[in-house]
Amino acid sequence: MIDVKNLYKSYGGKGVLSDISLSVSHGQSLAVVGKSGAGKSVLLRCLIGLVKPDNGTIYVDNKLINTMNFSQLQKIRASIGMVFQFGALFDSMTVEENISLALQKLTKLNENEIQQRVHNSLEEVDMAGTENLMPAELSGGMKKRVGIARAIAIKPAYLFYDEPTTGLDPVMTDSINRLIRKFQDTGEVTSVIITHEMRTVYDVADRVLLLHEGRIQYDGSPDTINNVDDPVVQQFITGNSTLI
Amino acid sequence: MFRFLLYPFNLFIDTLEGIGRYVELMISIFRSISSWNKYLSLTIDQLFHIGVLSIPIVILTSLFSGMVTSVQAAYQFESGFVPNWFVGSIVGESVLLELAPMMTALVMTGRIGATIAAEIGTMRVSEQIDALESLSFDPVSFLILPRILAAAVMFPILVIIADCFGIVGGLFAAVNAMDVSYLEFIRGLRNWFRPFDAWFGLIKGLFFGVAITSIACYQGYYTTGGATGVGRATTATVVNSCVAIVFLDYILAAILLR
Repeated sequence: MIDVKNLYKSYGGKGVLSDISLSVSHGQSLAVVGKSGAGKSVLLRCLIGLVKPDNGTIYVDNKLINTMNFSQLQKIRASIGMVFQFGALFDSMTVEENISLALQKLTKLNENEIQQRVHNSLEEVDMAGTENLMPAELSGGMKKRVGIARAIAIKPAYLFYDEPTTGLDPVMTDSINRLIRKFQDTGEVTSVIITHEMRTVYDVADRVLLLHEGRIQYDGSPDTINNVDDPVVQQFITGNSTLI
Repeated sequence: MFRFLLYPFNLFIDTLEGIGRYVELMISIFRSISSWNKYLSLTIDQLFHIGVLSIPIVILTSLFSGMVTSVQAAYQFESGFVPNWFVGSIVGESVLLELAPMMTALVMTGRIGATIAAEIGTMRVSEQIDALESLSFDPVSFLILPRILAAAVMFPILVIIADCFGIVGGLFAAVNAMDVSYLEFIRGLRNWFRPFDAWFGLIKGLFFGVAITSIACYQGYYTTGGATGVGRATTATVVNSCVAIVFLDYILAAILLR
């Protein structure tokens, strides 16, 4: 379970997150949406401890993470799989090395077990057979899939996605959405998905949170967001720039 | 107008801030030294990239530096008041004390410093460093420590190679282009040689190596602003490293040659 209370973060005096409070229960899939610069990615980075908030508390599995040192954070991060916007694969390593690096660090598996886990993870994202390719040889969609394979390989309790479908064609978007849903349906994973795309929200989220200028503008079900009588919410879901 | 007046003040503050962050990074590196054995394979990779792959360019530059020194020394001895064998002394001392470590450092600033800054800077802007952290790796131990250790080992070795080829270059130029025999050159070389001079060059190599790689790692690690930021980090690495090299060159000479 993730529990965030009164979170504040600013850069150079400019507030990015203001008084954010939310909790994500076990097995839930939360989509965080909002315009560019609304603070979505910063929120996700705070949740994994990559960014220290100015104020507020973040609990992951009832452990306060925003005051933890690096070695304490390492234990928490072992239960979190993070999928970065453009995959963030290590350029100098093959696909297999990218995935096995995390397994060597975070698990006690032997070489054969690691190899098997890498193969299974790639199969899960329909990327079997790409083990020996370098990231430069992969398309944008393939990189994202390998990024997902790297995140799921450690069998995390939490999966964080930073804009998993941005910049992809509709078919690839649907395929990534199905993957996210597939992991979610196992019931063992709690997901937080940062996205711009309402289609991703409808396809994968149990709950949606709309950030606007660093504050929570809407927190509820994707089924009811269309009926909300708030111009900020309506502007985002319709994409109509003239509404405000 | 007001902004123009504030520029020196802001530059001073930015410089102090930069020095503070550099010192902070150096402390983190120092703290992570105890875990060097966990990153041994990465360090061996860097020994190869920083050291072995740099040998051809170090040989080339040191060879020509020695040749130029030899020709210029002979040119200044044209008066006839100074015996020819002094060419060997001049070449030997110049190469051991200054040319080999200095030329190696300047060449390595371009070859290794710029590469490291661009590599780590690209990793920063493409979120690879964040990915490393999210996978519970300490980016300082994983990315920076192996590079600095490798430089500390390989720079003195490269200086030894530069010493040898610098002297060989000087000898070649003296024998072929001037009226200096092989034996005269060796006589001059031995006449002024002190073992400490060779050690001094190696100590300089060690300091230059650590300075260049740590500046490059610092610039890369704190890169912001996409491709432009990577370009800025690379330029800053070359400029700052050159300044650091001449500064260290003076400090080490002032301390060790008194």
